[in-house]
Amino acid sequence: MSTLLSLFDGVLLLSLLWLAWRALAAPDLFKGIVLFIAFGLLMAIAWVRLRAPDIALAEVAVGSGITGALLLSALARSRRLEKEQAEQGSDRE
Amino acid sequence: MTPQQNPRDDTRFTARRALVLAFVLAGASALGWAVFSLPLDASGLTGPALEQLAKSGVTNPVTAAVLNYRGYDTLIEIGVLLLSVLGVWSVAKADTFANPPPASPVLWSFLRLVLPVMLLIVGYLLWIGSFAPGGAFQAGAILAGAIVLWLLADAGRTPLPRAWMLRVALALGLVVFIAVAVGVMLPGGKLLEYPPAHAGSLILLIESAALVSIAATLAALFLGGRLANDSDATNSAKPQKGAR
Repeated sequence: MSTLLSLFDGVLLLSLLWLAWRALAAPDLFKGIVLFIAFGLLMAIAWVRLRAPDIALAEVAVGSGITGALLLSALARSRRLEKEQAEQGSDRE
Repeated sequence: MTPQQNPRDDTRFTARRALVLAFVLAGASALGWAVFSLPLDASGLTGPALEQLAKSGVTNPVTAAVLNYRGYDTLIEIGVLLLSVLGVWSVAKADTFANPPPASPVLWSFLRLVLPVMLLIVGYLLWIGSFAPGGAFQAGAILAGAIVLWLLADAGRTPLPRAWMLRVALALGLVVFIAVAVGVMLPGGKLLEYPPAHAGSLILLIESAALVSIAATLAALFLGGRLANDSDATNSAKPQKGAR
């Protein structure tokens, strides 16, 4: 049982590192945000494995849920601003 | 015009980046060394914290630490949340849905199923925080998630709450927390020193108020700025009657 758990922890750790790297390196910001949300969910499992269920709950709700929504809305807003600026720029020419 | 070069596409290994890499590696090694040099069997403050648990008013040691032993930290955290909203409000206005997309029946039926359950979980987490993992921060984040879902589905069709209501909700947690913190000084206690007989109900009172403020803060951050119906100080000095 403990071997299985250590194996699980190892896979979890590697997935976390890989997700963190992919979230930072993704050229597509939307993809990066989705990876960040997935990272938060796996991080919550890691907190549970560290016997910190309070932090796991906070991680799921704040780190993954609300932060993900905030990042997505910020992305939509910045894309819209870029579009508006591009339109204004083409008007002037 | 050449297509814009995305700065993220530049992956050259420059001297400056090597320096940054060296700093990061050094910092990570120092952190790792610090963690591995900690004694393995250190119990820290677990013993004293558990000893005093009976006097803290709650049976969940985490809640006791957050709201009783280290109440000062949490008080400042609630203040920081309020400051974050003020910071966002000072730079931007909330998004307005100029052309609300047509109501999605799928989203609405999903919300009809999910929202009551979310509200139930919010109440449960708030209450259970005194005995088991849970508390105002987790419950507040889930309530904020429910509000965000509703905002997305509604897309500006229903008018948002009046600005003063939102302001009251944002400030409620800090006001109640400070009132309790100072109020316990009246019978001769120290700041944030709850009398053990009432500690449980005082903590629940603070958590309920903090729940409202945390949810309002996170939802306001999602909106990304001051509400359109919120007049700033110069406008409210001379009320415009019949302006609409």
